[in-house]
Amino acid sequence: MKVTIVGGGPAGLYLAILLRKADPGVQVSVLERNAPDATFGWGVVFSEETLGALRDADHETHLAITDTFARWDRVDIRYGGRVLTSRGHSFSAIARKRLLEILQERCLALGADLRFHQEVGSVPEDADLVVGADGVNSLVRRAYEPDFRTRIAPEGCKYAWFGTPLVFDAFTFVFRETEHGLFQVHAYPFDERTSTFIVECREDTWRRAGLDECDEDESLAFCERLFARDLEGRELLSNRSLWTSFPKVTNATWHRDRVVLLGDAAHTAHFSIGSGTKLAMEDSIALRDALVARSWDVDAALVHYELARRPVVERTQEAASESAGFFTRVAAYAGAEPIQFAFNLLTRSGRITHASLTVRDPGFTRSLDAWFSGARAGVAPPPVFAPFRLRGLELRNRIVARAENEAASGAALVLSGFVAVSAGGRISPETPTIDDWTPAQRPVLLQLGHAGRRGACLPRSVGVDLPLPDGWELVSASPLPYGPYSAVPTELDAPGLAAVREEFVAAAQRAGELGVDILELDFAHGYLIGSFLSPLTNRRRDEYGRERLRYPLEVLDAVRAAWDGPLAVRLSVTDWARGGLAVDDGVAIARALAEHGCDLVHTVAGQTVHDDRPEYRRGFLTGLGDRVRAEARVPTLLGGHLTTLDDVNTAVGAGRADLCILDLPSSAVEADAVPPSVERQAVST
Amino acid sequence: MNVGVGLPTTTPGADGALVVEWAKRAEAGPFTSLAVLDRLAYESFEPFTALAAAAGVTSRVRLATMVAAGPLRPTALLAKQAASLHALSGGRLTLGLAIGARVEDYEAAGVDHRDRGRRLAEQLAYVRGRVEEERVGPSREGIELLVGGGSGPAFARMARYADGYAHGGGPPRAFAGAAARAEAAWRDLGRPGRPRLWGQGYFALGDVEAGNAYLRDYYAFTGPFAERVVAANLTSARAVKDFVRGYAEAGCDELVLFPTVSDLSELDRLAEAVGR
Repeated sequence: MKVTIVGGGPAGLYLAILLRKADPGVQVSVLERNAPDATFGWGVVFSEETLGALRDADHETHLAITDTFARWDRVDIRYGGRVLTSRGHSFSAIARKRLLEILQERCLALGADLRFHQEVGSVPEDADLVVGADGVNSLVRRAYEPDFRTRIAPEGCKYAWFGTPLVFDAFTFVFRETEHGLFQVHAYPFDERTSTFIVECREDTWRRAGLDECDEDESLAFCERLFARDLEGRELLSNRSLWTSFPKVTNATWHRDRVVLLGDAAHTAHFSIGSGTKLAMEDSIALRDALVARSWDVDAALVHYELARRPVVERTQEAASESAGFFTRVAAYAGAEPIQFAFNLLTRSGRITHASLTVRDPGFTRSLDAWFSGARAGVAPPPVFAPFRLRGLELRNRIVARAENEAASGAALVLSGFVAVSAGGRISPETPTIDDWTPAQRPVLLQLGHAGRRGACLPRSVGVDLPLPDGWELVSASPLPYGPYSAVPTELDAPGLAAVREEFVAAAQRAGELGVDILELDFAHGYLIGSFLSPLTNRRRDEYGRERLRYPLEVLDAVRAAWDGPLAVRLSVTDWARGGLAVDDGVAIARALAEHGCDLVHTVAGQTVHDDRPEYRRGFLTGLGDRVRAEARVPTLLGGHLTTLDDVNTAVGAGRADLCILDLPSSAVEADAVPPSVERQAVST
Repeated sequence: MNVGVGLPTTTPGADGALVVEWAKRAEAGPFTSLAVLDRLAYESFEPFTALAAAAGVTSRVRLATMVAAGPLRPTALLAKQAASLHALSGGRLTLGLAIGARVEDYEAAGVDHRDRGRRLAEQLAYVRGRVEEERVGPSREGIELLVGGGSGPAFARMARYADGYAHGGGPPRAFAGAAARAEAAWRDLGRPGRPRLWGQGYFALGDVEAGNAYLRDYYAFTGPFAERVVAANLTSARAVKDFVRGYAEAGCDELVLFPTVSDLSELDRLAEAVGR
């Protein structure tokens, strides 16, 4: 068995060690382009979990590595003139150069053949297994790019990777406002003399600061000046520390015949969650395990390897992308209370939640809870149980339930479901109109709408957007049918516009008589008012087409004048369709709604057109709701399949939403629906 | 959770007699459904015809396409086939539809591959809806409709038109992830209740090598993905039991296990492994 590893980074060297250990009969050569001591970058980070895996895989390297580790359990967040500290985050780091030395020595001791200064021109032919561990610009990958179906896209901010002789005593984030925009630092110690110091900012900020025209020395000097206080007068060290964008690499498959990709060659994860080297070395362990498990049958082992690794890697890449997105948007959170800002930062990737942070650092979440509920001292409820005030209405917690979801009987507010302003605005014959609706539970949020071109359909127990055989006349912004077999709606003319507006006003007055707590106008999902907002559905040539917000705002203004209670608007902040509204447009609309007296934006997305491209998963709307709340500065109601109180605590505590719809999983609903006594009876009979 | 079994309609060497005998035995066994795959440009039986043959010798089990590539067929013809099978079987059809992954099948059918998503949506609206001026009976009332596929639009089509989701196979954890996406879509589209969730897997409990060779051939069009399917083939009673338990815990309503070898002893071994 002959294995050729292209690339002498951590993944390649570690694999060489593990293979030689697994079977000394295996010939392993590592081909490295550079000298043994040439390396880029400063320190690399490992979590406790990764260290455990390294210990199990090769005790000797684990000992050598941990002997030279810098360790910390604190994250410091320097923001708004304060330092917020969270504990319980066990991390270790090591100089990349030292890590490579340790791995090289161990390779030689185990009889692996290390060849430096080996410029590899093509994929080696004479091996049973060729491993592409040659990094983000992998030659091996590029040789078979069509087979691997490689995708590379820039992700996150512009950044430069420096070192500094200042030894930080915690993982340190620094946020510094400048006249050009916000700059951030990710800094951590990796030996007793040096720390990694990564500076990043959005590309527009980077250009405004003139960094696009700076050379290496000038940009280093700029960063030294900007962060002089944090550096305590120490200098920054450069090691080809040029500004760059992080390339996110994905491949549809990581192997082809006897060639396999490892580490950054196969997949990258944004540096802001510090998982690149960890993923690479775990890849090496998984490949060794696969070869051993499959008795060195290369074809079977490579399948085994990819099956084992892909789910883990994809989850990490997803979290890394969330984290990268957070740092590009972070300027919008400036102004948040420091404790909330810090909690938002710690929970950015979705891997830490309110509950898991409480396990690591109960003091931190206690401070957050206390601040959130306005408590001075003592015990405070978690964010989900903090009351919420909206225009004089006080809700006892942050949980909103759908009317049909009885399991959420502890909710502060119940959604009415779609109630039509008139018979002509119903979705199906079973849709209630305001004239025949009464609140079943209180406090209630009345969801008032006009179905527009999505009206006259079969009930939703059958399906959605299935036209009735003989339905009623439809109206919309423009005469475009919604989906397959949908009727063509009539373009709403001037008298029609006035009539619908008056229907909304009359319904609002009726809501007042019924004692409705919050009134919501449905401007979302391609219903009538929503159809005016999107260029995909509003093709009018009149003033209502030139200014697509005009009619929705007229309706909002008229209702606002007739209803003095809390007023919400349900809005699709993106159409999820080419040529439709993007999130920036949705945020601008939310801002306009707030200026016109909307107190709460119920953030949803899509359904403007029936062939949109939604992304469904747990919490699929959280990122969108977060942007609306942070950028339009308006309270939000968030759905998107949040299924646990922890989801709600995290979203509300981090300031991504004010109220959340809790969708208890249906299995739990069913289980709860059977009282224990009934079950016992069934067993005994 | 119910457990169903696939008919050997795509496995090498299967003939009409085997398919009919398989259906008879499955009806007697612990299985709740008989399901078929759909492939045009491949040595295999046409799914509706095979299910019709099974319908003739069974009266209890559900009959399911898991899944049929809808757009390969003209919409009205597809609806008529499904409705006829439903009526002839006494209302036992579960119609699983998806776009299908094989370009070759579209080429063989002479159907444009590019707008398959739009065409499937149209077919689902036709099958589920009450399209006017159509005289394409019998009634489609009561056909259980499932949609498969892993993209956002696939989940949206499922939640819009169907009764549930047909998962394409994989470990229980992958199924659980897809189930969460299906529920998210279901709620987003304002459907009451929850989607029915169907899962599937492959098994070879006798001649494992033959089973794996068939999977390699059947999935050859996917390139390296074929080996992943082979690796997931359930080749022992223990593996079957673990898989069934994993799917039950992940919230699956009906798990269909497909044979990879055309041999009745495979069905007996599976019945024993599933054993209830």
